[in-house]
Amino acid sequence: MSELNVDAYGYSERPLSEVTLDAVRRGEVSIDDVRIHPNTLRHQASVAAAHGNPNLSENLLRAAELTSIPDEEVMAIYEALRPYRSTASNLFELADSLDSRGAPLVAELVREASRTYQRRGLAKPE
Amino acid sequence: MTIGRIRFMDEQRVNLDGFAVPDVDLGLMAFASPHDPIPSLVISEGRVTELDSRPASEFDAIDSFIAAHGIDLDVAIEAMALDNLVAARMFIDPNVSRSEIVRLVAGMTPAKLAEIITLLRPAELVIAMTKMRARRTPSNQAHVTNRSDDPLLLSADAATAAAFGFREIETTVPVLGDAPSNAIAVSIGAAVGSAGVLVQCSVEEALELWMGLRGLVSYAETVSLYGTEQIFVDGDDSPWSKAFLSSAYASRGIKMRVTSGGGAEALMGGAEKRSMFYLEARCVSLARAIGAQGVQNGGIDSASVASSVPGGVRSLMAENLMVMARNLEACTGNDALMSESDVRRTSRTHPIFIAGSDYICSGFGSIQRYDNMFGPSQWNSEDIDDFLAMQRDWGVDGGLRSTDMNALESLRERAVSAVRDVYRYLGLGDFSDEWAAQAIDAAGSKDIPAADLMTPLNAARIVRDSGITMLDVVTALADCGYEVEAGRMLTMLQQRVHGDYLHTAAIFDEQWNVLSLVTDPNDYAGPGTGYVPTPARQAEIDGIRQERSVADLRAEQQQHSSHRLRSTGAATLSTDPRDVVIGVSPAVGREVWQTLSGLLVVDVLEELLAGLEEEGCIGRIVRVNDTIDLGRLGLTAAQLSGSGISIGLQAKGTALIHRRDLTPLANLELYSVAPTVTRELYRLLGTNAGRHAKGSTPEPARNPYSDEAIEARYHTKVISLVAIERSCSNVDVPETLELV
Repeated sequence: MSELNVDAYGYSERPLSEVTLDAVRRGEVSIDDVRIHPNTLRHQASVAAAHGNPNLSENLLRAAELTSIPDEEVMAIYEALRPYRSTASNLFELADSLDSRGAPLVAELVREASRTYQRRGLAKPE
Repeated sequence: MTIGRIRFMDEQRVNLDGFAVPDVDLGLMAFASPHDPIPSLVISEGRVTELDSRPASEFDAIDSFIAAHGIDLDVAIEAMALDNLVAARMFIDPNVSRSEIVRLVAGMTPAKLAEIITLLRPAELVIAMTKMRARRTPSNQAHVTNRSDDPLLLSADAATAAAFGFREIETTVPVLGDAPSNAIAVSIGAAVGSAGVLVQCSVEEALELWMGLRGLVSYAETVSLYGTEQIFVDGDDSPWSKAFLSSAYASRGIKMRVTSGGGAEALMGGAEKRSMFYLEARCVSLARAIGAQGVQNGGIDSASVASSVPGGVRSLMAENLMVMARNLEACTGNDALMSESDVRRTSRTHPIFIAGSDYICSGFGSIQRYDNMFGPSQWNSEDIDDFLAMQRDWGVDGGLRSTDMNALESLRERAVSAVRDVYRYLGLGDFSDEWAAQAIDAAGSKDIPAADLMTPLNAARIVRDSGITMLDVVTALADCGYEVEAGRMLTMLQQRVHGDYLHTAAIFDEQWNVLSLVTDPNDYAGPGTGYVPTPARQAEIDGIRQERSVADLRAEQQQHSSHRLRSTGAATLSTDPRDVVIGVSPAVGREVWQTLSGLLVVDVLEELLAGLEEEGCIGRIVRVNDTIDLGRLGLTAAQLSGSGISIGLQAKGTALIHRRDLTPLANLELYSVAPTVTRELYRLLGTNAGRHAKGSTPEPARNPYSDEAIEARYHTKVISLVAIERSCSNVDVPETLELV
């Protein structure tokens, strides 16, 4: 499991076998070459489920959806989910946009937050 | 005014600690507050409609999240119906597997699990932890920080921590802006010390994530959870924002664990009259529910709050066990210093240390207390040798190892020069030779007056402005000739692509094998099962640098050898009433040259002779070859002595005055504690022997008082010295020695 798997590939889909020290020194490796690919996260989600942790599995599946969301936007979604930052409808809109971008599990998490925030007074007033 | 006995007790360090009267209203209650809910679970149409006596309509944000994600409804009915005692016994029954307990606990509410684990007594907690931790191989985490964010010292100290065996290093900053510089310096130092050491830089969520995205850190830990909604929201987060953050880290292939700990809510005035343990049960349940792979708990920053109330220290360990039972990585506290007393802090850690955990300390302060920017730890750099000795004493793997002190100096040199070269290469800053030399040698930042506080701040600003990533650091290392370290740091980046270290309790060993719940599952099932150190690892645990053999002692003695004692043949019987024989043991003049007090044997003999001379007696040195027993030695000498009085002296310095008509074990004066006998006392011994010979009154000699653990210090040496004495002993007749 820990042996460097030659079939592994980064977010860029470049095989990890090409990410050598020489390639790094020549400036031919980008940070996306050493970022995890959603397929790998889905695989790891199935490993987690098989080892008695369905919640970690769900987390990794949500993570797979987030791989395609740019860093700044990831930070912005986190900020939006903090208490009193967003109105309930802001969050529903965010969820819809995540749905349309192939992130239905994250979208569902955001909808759930919206419902609870509304009920517990943690949403920004409309 | 109190009496002296009480004043003396008041002065002891334990009385600097705060001890609180339990107060339910303030949440100052370790276990079982009368306001803790009765465990309950109602499921209707596949949804939780009541959780721990609260209907869904009254769920707070934490209840809501746990109800929606944190209960395995397939086993909930079975698990909630279990009798608490039956369930508690499963934890220590070797016939019930860890996985069976994990299966059942997944269906338990927070209050149910809290009630069950409350039933376990301390010794049972030890057994349960041995069985329930996720990873088979225990390990440990270090803090590496300093007051001035000095990159050279951070690097040298990270290399040092890695050399001592820590598999995770956590750094942080006194100055927030310095964070990227600290992350880079610690990562380089860790790579110098060992392959595969995980590094995090604990700062506020946004900056920590930013560094993670750029590869500047390899895991994250500062994702705090709280047991009441109010305190959670005061922390500016909700279960959903934390769940999202967990996914965000995983989406970039970064390992993450959450932080909680009993007493936090009481400390912030929002415990809602619940016990610390019940609130922590909610945190742990939530940690599992949001999908975190692990939890750092056991009080953490509020460890001293929990330990101020009855049963509090026990509750800290019980918290860790809840994490393990929920099938999560346990980073078992033992970080923030919970007592001024060395006895109490050892007592707090020891059960976890012998049970073994995924990380014994969630921050062993591997640096000086004053340099620890998390605050002093439960264990600090002054305790490393203690911890290593404790591992050896119990034959237990606490994650640390001894290191070759010469190799350590070279490692620190390399760690300092690597950071210097990389910072210069990347245009981050320059360091003077003086600064570098001080950093290599330093025990802490106070030893580095040459450090410039602006350097890390400038370096961090440049990292932020120029978008430098860890790939640039790898390039710089390789171009500056640090190929091994560059390779290690690149491999760490590649590991993010594999994602194997996202699993529960994952660490890397030095060959980059991932050790986790998946690859190295704990298989303890009673005596003869579970983790046993490999012979090589056991040798690391056993072979502390202070241990000495007879051969070591022989070599040490050889350094003091001289030609001042020579044999002049068989000793004769004297009839001179002024004659006093100094009988010495077989190793004198052969193998043993220094006594336990550090005096040379020849100097001792000079004092004895001078003391005799003062009384008008003539001292004569005779080596008794056929015994190493001091009484017999003295008696043999007395029988040769014209006055009938002798002095017996073993090479290690133990001495007595004997008389020829006494039995061997009787004597006139005994100087038994050799390590404390001074030149002056040997002189007095000589004088008194002379007075005994003349029949005048000797001056009473008092063995010097010592409160040192004199036996701990010298018994191993005594055994070696006795072995040497025995090897020098033979059947030859006593012989006269001349002191020249």
